[in-house]
Amino acid sequence: MTGFLASDPVRVALVVGAMAAVVSGVVGVFTVVRGQSFAGHAFGDLGTLGGSGAFLLNVNPLWGFVSVGAVVAGAMELVGVQRRRGRDVATGIVLGAALGAAALLLYLDTTRSSTTGAAVTVLFGSIFAVASGSLPVMAGLAGAGVLAVVALYRPLLLSSFHPELASVRGVPVRAVTLGFLVLMGVTVSLTSMVVGTILSPALLVGPAACALRLSRRPGVAMVLAAGIGLVVTWAGIALAYASATWPPSHAGWPVSFFVVALVFLAYLGVEAGAAARG
Amino acid sequence: MPPVRVLTVEGATVTFGGRRVLDGVSFSVEAGEFVGLIGANGAGKTTLFRVVLGLLKPSAGTVRHLGRRVGYVPQKVAIEPDAPLRARDLVALGLDGERFGVRLPSRSRRERVDRMLEAVGAAAFADARVGTLSGGEQQRVLIAHALVGQPSLLVMDEPLANLDIKSGHEIVELVARLAVEQDLAVLLSAHEMNAILPHMDRVVYLAEGRAVSGTTGEVIRSDVLSELYRYPVKVLDVDGTVVVVGGHDVKVR
Amino acid sequence: MTNAWLAGSLVAVVAGVVGFFVVLRGATFAAHGVPLASFAGAAGASVVGVPAVVGLAVFSPVAAVAIGLLGRRRRSDVVTALVVAAMLGLGALFLSWTVEYASEIYALLFGEVLGVTGTEVWLSAALTGAALLAVATLYRPLLLSSVAGEVAEARGVRTARLELLFLVLMAVVTTLAVPVVGTLLMFTLMVGPPAAARAFVRSPLAAMAASVGIALVTVWLAIALAYETTWPIGFFVGIAGAAWYVLARVVAARRR
Repeated sequence: MTGFLASDPVRVALVVGAMAAVVSGVVGVFTVVRGQSFAGHAFGDLGTLGGSGAFLLNVNPLWGFVSVGAVVAGAMELVGVQRRRGRDVATGIVLGAALGAAALLLYLDTTRSSTTGAAVTVLFGSIFAVASGSLPVMAGLAGAGVLAVVALYRPLLLSSFHPELASVRGVPVRAVTLGFLVLMGVTVSLTSMVVGTILSPALLVGPAACALRLSRRPGVAMVLAAGIGLVVTWAGIALAYASATWPPSHAGWPVSFFVVALVFLAYLGVEAGAAARG
Repeated sequence: MPPVRVLTVEGATVTFGGRRVLDGVSFSVEAGEFVGLIGANGAGKTTLFRVVLGLLKPSAGTVRHLGRRVGYVPQKVAIEPDAPLRARDLVALGLDGERFGVRLPSRSRRERVDRMLEAVGAAAFADARVGTLSGGEQQRVLIAHALVGQPSLLVMDEPLANLDIKSGHEIVELVARLAVEQDLAVLLSAHEMNAILPHMDRVVYLAEGRAVSGTTGEVIRSDVLSELYRYPVKVLDVDGTVVVVGGHDVKVR
Repeated sequence: MTNAWLAGSLVAVVAGVVGFFVVLRGATFAAHGVPLASFAGAAGASVVGVPAVVGLAVFSPVAAVAIGLLGRRRRSDVVTALVVAAMLGLGALFLSWTVEYASEIYALLFGEVLGVTGTEVWLSAALTGAALLAVATLYRPLLLSSVAGEVAEARGVRTARLELLFLVLMAVVTTLAVPVVGTLLMFTLMVGPPAAARAFVRSPLAAMAASVGIALVTVWLAIALAYETTWPIGFFVGIAGAAWYVLARVVAARRR
């Protein structure tokens, strides 16, 4: 255990994981309440485009994730039809186009450089390889994310449950929607650093869905979600560290696998508990 | 000749989580009858419909259907404006929409659909997308969907809830006319009864899970309704039309 | 090259037909999730050393049924997101176990139509036939339950069972299409063409036919361009899907 905490990459990973878990818990509760799991998932997939672009330009993938997240948030709001089905189709189309572009960038990555790992790194994450230099930026983004939720809390809650009532009360619903999408984009950028782009929605939606089954009050659910996220992320990192000697490869199992598996088990556990209570 | 009962509900009881939503409900609908199911919100109208349609099995009591099938018109359907489904497609699904396999188009099917669209006054928008039609137009198409299979009973869930007064009256008159023309019994729920009063043969009144059934004359009276709603309700005669109003300030002239 | 054209065309036909119902039922997320989750199957297959299609055939129905059964209780979008993530996590684990080259993983994610073999074409043809037969069998109840679920139920259609069957159908399409267009872009083909077709025609059958036509043109163009440029086919499919959709929105807006 002392070896575990003495390792620099592990310490960075624990800090990065904690920041991502807390922001996704807070933002995730609203994602679930607003029924925007698909959009959250789309941000993750779309982060692939940013991540692969960043690889091509040889900059920190975080910048790729964040910039694509912001652009996509705007695009989704623009095409975002109010009806749920229409919105899902629009999300899907944006997603498809961006994934196509990501395919091209990743292809160019592999042809330009001899390192072929870009796709895997971007898609499945590499938390032990996060440069400690990006910590201040990530901390800033995480702090801004939590502050934004606190500031937007009431209008966001009202517009989630009853958009018409919210706009009657003078809430600028479109601006709030856009703001929330940007928030989701930033959050998913942070979780992408932990578990990779295509797994990031698990951290956004999973702990929040568990928490909402345990408490009906959004504020309590946010704290619970952040806590659950923190536990699964740290446990995932510890397990990945421990797995270095495990078969079959003796090269360590991926962090993202452990985190996502723990999230899924937590969700099944909470659902089973709720079912048993009736 | 004794009247034919197309629907008989006897002692239907439904319990949700310890609460009796329906408590020994009994009533019947005879062939060609226009029956209004009246009750406040939460009185159990929707649950009773689910029982009548066979979607919910009552914990006690029986439901018997006699004769041909039941046609059902939901309160509304959520169809997107750009969904590729014309009014005539929805009506054609009324013929055999639940069957597996493909069916080649035939002249007789097309003629039946056309006749039905004509009968409900929907011929003008037969080829329009269902999602682009107004609430009243969609209601007509849904009625055609329910009736094209020639049921003996038409069940309508709050058909007036989403319509303005004019469209509401038109729909009720259409249904009353079709009931006579097609020898059809109608069971229609509403929480506002003025539009259906002139056509209603019988009322099933639902309150707190229990049902009272009687002819319109027996139930639509100030004393009976006030008792059922537990709130002052007056039945008035306005220029020969019976209207029902509620409230403490209503004075009878 | 002939194999690529044949396999691509088969995928386009099935995606166009099944996609019609995907869009009508608002099942976009499931259509994205099932192929994505099947990635674990392809990665697992390479661990065990069997063809990827075997892994797809095992894992995509598992994902479909998990999404269908778990989502029945409530919040199907959350369940879809979590099932997909769990399966992808498993995929990441399997990947870490293999000595697979990144380029092959990449092919699974983004497609590699030019590597299709003759046997795979025959397999695709059989699956295409099965999928089309299933759609023909389920056509009317599926259509009715998509647009008016309550009415379908009142007519005796078992809508919950139908939903599950539809998800399994999506799994079949996934198995068929993933080796050609990849897990990530398979669904673009299932959503783009049918969503665009709606702007041009009004009846269900015409919309299905238009959707197949658009999907075919998309795939043919993408194969030709991928062949010319050596860029990934997924890029062209993704961009073309979005282009069709934008065109359709413009047409629909002008009509109003």
